[in-house]
Amino acid sequence: MGGSAHLHTGGDAVTWLLLAAVSVTALALHRFLVRRRRHRLGRAWSRWRTASFATGVLLAVSAVSPPLARLAHDDLTGHVVQHLLLGMFAPLALVLAAPVTLLLGALRPRAGRRLGAVLGRRGVHVLSHPAVAAVLDVGGLYALHLTPLYALSLREPVLHVLVHAHFLLAGCLFAWAVAGPDPAPRRPGTAVRAGVLVLAVAAHSTLAKLLYAAGGRFPPGAGAGAAEVERAAQWMYYGGDVAELLLAVALFAGWYRRGARTAGRRSGTGRKRTPVRGTPRTGVPA
Amino acid sequence: MGPNAADPGGAVPAAPARSARTPARRPSLAAAALVGAALMAAVDEIVFHQLLAWHHFYDRSTPQVALLSDGLLHAAELVGLVAGAFLLADLRLRGALAPASARAGLFLGLGGFQLFDGIVDHKLLRVHQIRYGVDLLPYDVAWNLAGAVLLLIGAVLALRSRHEGARAGGDGR
Repeated sequence: MGGSAHLHTGGDAVTWLLLAAVSVTALALHRFLVRRRRHRLGRAWSRWRTASFATGVLLAVSAVSPPLARLAHDDLTGHVVQHLLLGMFAPLALVLAAPVTLLLGALRPRAGRRLGAVLGRRGVHVLSHPAVAAVLDVGGLYALHLTPLYALSLREPVLHVLVHAHFLLAGCLFAWAVAGPDPAPRRPGTAVRAGVLVLAVAAHSTLAKLLYAAGGRFPPGAGAGAAEVERAAQWMYYGGDVAELLLAVALFAGWYRRGARTAGRRSGTGRKRTPVRGTPRTGVPA
Repeated sequence: MGPNAADPGGAVPAAPARSARTPARRPSLAAAALVGAALMAAVDEIVFHQLLAWHHFYDRSTPQVALLSDGLLHAAELVGLVAGAFLLADLRLRGALAPASARAGLFLGLGGFQLFDGIVDHKLLRVHQIRYGVDLLPYDVAWNLAGAVLLLIGAVLALRSRHEGARAGGDGR
């Protein structure tokens, strides 16, 4: 008993140290880029965006921190909370920090053009289409919870890490595709993004109810009781709601802001009611 | 209220100068209806599911298709609430909000959703019932009657505000 506790605290210390190192590195890199950008463009970077980035890092790190990881191992609800933080809340905060805009402003023109060229690739367009991102994100959830993948990931540490990484990356991709403030060439219009968001929310809440309804048969091989799964499913449903509500606010606030800017420019003439497409911004290296 | 709608032929307004300040009736009504429907859905979830715990998160008699349609409805309500609110804000920003029409739209949305929920969700799809272990008839009647009354209020308001925006600068009173 005592030995295992010692082992735990020893392992925990290493994990905490690792997480601290990751956070400090991320924040330091961010600070470095903000300074570079200010130096190059002579413009200050929004404090809100910086705060958003820090929040995102904090959420992602706390999602995999030892107390929550232990909870996730013991109880399916812990796993759901972990996934909400890692795959939904942290990505939204990170994406609202406009990392690509920051990077483009901080890079030398040539490097910036190269990054712009990468973003302009067809593969990137396809991957960052909201529908594709949604399938990767929510489809991953279905695959994890309705197949033996979940039980397997509890036994295989490498798979476990890969699953977490997938959540974070797919979550970021989806949030970026739907509501990202960054420039994205040929990003679909607001109506398409809102439509995809509706479908993704529907798929997410349906999965939660499927889990609830299955009475412990899902996730297969996890050995969770019906009551445990029911509780976890409700966390998935309502926790997902909050994250998706925030994502919707981010999407429509962006649309509203762009509209306000257009209205300000034309002052008086009513804008046509079709939403502004994409995010045409200045300073995008084509 | 007797605007008598000016004379349609003669008074072609100086379009560009005035158009932004003319209340846009239909968009106002539609955006408010979206908010109303989503609001009623939210009230349903918060009051009946959470506070009273009359509705169940899921009831075992729900067919799988209904589960999916319920998910879609839930998603539409969530995104619709936000979309409607920003659409209204956008109309207001450009001085195109028609307040009386928006009020009408709000009631139409509230009542429309209540009726839809009462008839399609509870009865046709049987997603869940209003309450369990009781005689459902009075609950169903009250539920749908409330929806119908809200819808009727909306219809009356819409009828009364139908000239809103027809003359420039109409403030919808």
